[in-house]
Amino acid sequence: MTLLKRGLSRRRVLQTGMAGIIGSGIAPLMFTKGAWAQEFCNNPTGDTVTFGLNLPLTGAYAEEGADEQKAYELAIAHINGEGDGGLISVLAPTALKGNGILGKKVGYVSSDSQTKSDVARAGATRMIERDGAIMITGGSSSGEAIAVQGLCQEMGVIFMAGLTHSNDTTGKDKRRYGFRHFFNAYQSGVGLAPVLGQEYGSDRRAYHLTADYTWGWTQEESIKAATEALGWDTVAAVRTPLGSTDYSQYLTPILNSGADVLILNHYGLDMVNSLTQAVQFGMRDRQANGKDFQIVTPLISELMAKGAGESVKGIFGTSNWHWNLQDPGTIAFTKSFGAAYGSPPSQAAHTAYVQALLYADAVERAGTFYPPEVIKALEGHEFDGMGNGPTLYRAEDHQCIKNVLVVQGNENPSSEYDVLNIVQEIPRDEVAYDPAMFGGELGPAEPAPLCA
Amino acid sequence: MFEVIFLQFLNGLDKGAAYALIALGLTLVFGTLGVVNFAHGALFMLGAFCAVMFRQLLTLETVTLDPEKLSPWGAPLEIREPLVQAWFGDFGAVLVNYSVPASIIITIPIMLLVGIALERGIIKHFYKRPHAEQILVTFGLAIVAQEVIKSFFGPNPIPQPMPTDLRGAADIGAFLGMQANVITYPIWRLIYFLFSFVIIGGVFAFLQFTTFGMVVRAGMADRETVGLLGINIDRRFTIMFGLAAVVAGLAGVMYTPLLPPNYHIGMDFLVLSFVVVVVGGMGSLPGAVAAGFLLGILQSFASMTQVKALIPGIDQIIIYLVAVVILLVLPRGLFGRRGVMEA
Repeated sequence: MTLLKRGLSRRRVLQTGMAGIIGSGIAPLMFTKGAWAQEFCNNPTGDTVTFGLNLPLTGAYAEEGADEQKAYELAIAHINGEGDGGLISVLAPTALKGNGILGKKVGYVSSDSQTKSDVARAGATRMIERDGAIMITGGSSSGEAIAVQGLCQEMGVIFMAGLTHSNDTTGKDKRRYGFRHFFNAYQSGVGLAPVLGQEYGSDRRAYHLTADYTWGWTQEESIKAATEALGWDTVAAVRTPLGSTDYSQYLTPILNSGADVLILNHYGLDMVNSLTQAVQFGMRDRQANGKDFQIVTPLISELMAKGAGESVKGIFGTSNWHWNLQDPGTIAFTKSFGAAYGSPPSQAAHTAYVQALLYADAVERAGTFYPPEVIKALEGHEFDGMGNGPTLYRAEDHQCIKNVLVVQGNENPSSEYDVLNIVQEIPRDEVAYDPAMFGGELGPAEPAPLCA
Repeated sequence: MFEVIFLQFLNGLDKGAAYALIALGLTLVFGTLGVVNFAHGALFMLGAFCAVMFRQLLTLETVTLDPEKLSPWGAPLEIREPLVQAWFGDFGAVLVNYSVPASIIITIPIMLLVGIALERGIIKHFYKRPHAEQILVTFGLAIVAQEVIKSFFGPNPIPQPMPTDLRGAADIGAFLGMQANVITYPIWRLIYFLFSFVIIGGVFAFLQFTTFGMVVRAGMADRETVGLLGINIDRRFTIMFGLAAVVAGLAGVMYTPLLPPNYHIGMDFLVLSFVVVVVGGMGSLPGAVAAGFLLGILQSFASMTQVKALIPGIDQIIIYLVAVVILLVLPRGLFGRRGVMEA
């Protein structure tokens, strides 16, 4: 009150205060505080940086999720300079020094995606917004991968996909911030069809059981196209819900359908259940159209083969990678993983490990965590030494182009891990395709969205 | 076409047998104790894990390291010797091969104890509480049981092989004098169907032809009057809860070769079983069995390619659709009694 009596009105105090704020240069900082503090999403300011691991630890693909977690922990230890260094010594070229990324130690947070797209998206959101994850990685389903990479594009965070095999991931749903090391359904079809033609002939009638979501649809489409090109007929293609447990009602119609091949477009636990039950229905012991009835699982992993046990013997499929390859990268990774966990790594573990290393390497090469620069470092990057031969991270669709394996269930396993034999390694040139083939737009890298 | 329809019918009976077996235990508890038991699926799951535990005991091994041979990661190779075969020779091998049916021996006492402990320890305190509270507490119990199993056995399914002699499919067509290899069906599924039939028949015979069963039925009809006659009906109802737990447990044990059990297996069946009980009529044992088979058969036929071509996705909703229709036409279900859950 006394101040006002001396002539300092409230209006005058406000005017003077505002003039002082503007004059001292505080105002620009005040209005752009967010931009200065965080010119891109979760810019790491301390001496650590956090990876967000989005893993299906429960649900139909839980086994893959558990193996991915082990691989990420191993990769992070190796990036930080712990353990035997794993694949860092064989990755060529590499900018990794074994002292973290740009001198910052790597830590991680994780979330159980439950093999569900909505849960995966919610987990990724939480890890970005609450835990400050600089990069999201993981997942074993294409439904999850597509949901999470869409989110990452919106939030300006790079997504290094785990196991995802749908053509859509790097096709119609591709995103600038999403990258896939794993192969896809089209490549499975192109790789597998010649072997099927050679083994089972060109006069076959196929019946498809397909997991009813993006991956199943594109796999069915790709395998149908590849087998029909061989001369096979498609009798029927029946969709089954993801996570089904009892397939008996889908299997009984096959018995008298006129089909002589059953193609299981299933993965993870779904495939273990459908294959086991198909064998229980006597499908491998029966004859149809004067031929031995056959079962094909276009995408197969060691974990699934182990789960299916006896049922998988002799069955053909394709894999992204196998621990029994004899290149230096595979030997180094199998040794490192086996020493840490007492079992060889699965293809899910391999792709997870490689993705973590490739992101770290790209940041080192870019010299910054700024996502658009990291994206540039990954796009068109050619590397070798990771177990798949020379590999290109294609700039047009963010799909890795590399060799594909055709595998077969081992008839005489020498151990519980010796469940798949490598039949053929298809060179990458034979499984490469036009990046425009599956449509989609990557979208922009800049301006980098701000997550908060 | 006859073969296709016959096979789907057989598949429906097989599915229906599983639904009926679980719904039967659920109805036993509701009919005797008046408790809506959401932990019944957990009892199915615990039974399945009795089979898992039994097999793990039978397949215990001695592990020795062979320094001469190395694994691909450079560790000495482990040489494993099964203990049971070492102790019992060929009998041990047969026991391991038949571990699933043999585990019934341990499942019956374990599930009886679990059921009685559950009823005496927790559920009896909720008899006079509203059904909503009973559902909450039993659902809570189911979650606890799931988490305990998950912490011991992990989240992933554990395959239980069926005996080698019972693998593959039986040629039912040839057995019926038809063409060979046209109507074939998995042997274990036929065994499960027959097993369900025996258990369901056994429970009905027990209730129908024994004094104990007669008293229980009298207690289900009029609990107070039976009590006034000096009969300790509570004790009999406790045993009935134990019996329901045994039925659920045995259903779980025999299902393990068809579906590798994990901690969540009971929940997968619980919702379906409740639909079966509601369609059959709350508290009606014949209703539960009839509805189980009816829904199993309808679900099987709805999965036929020809039916799905007419109405896409019908296989996913058929059970709930039929439940809605039956409850609209017969609000108490197929065999429901007046006054049950209508207070």
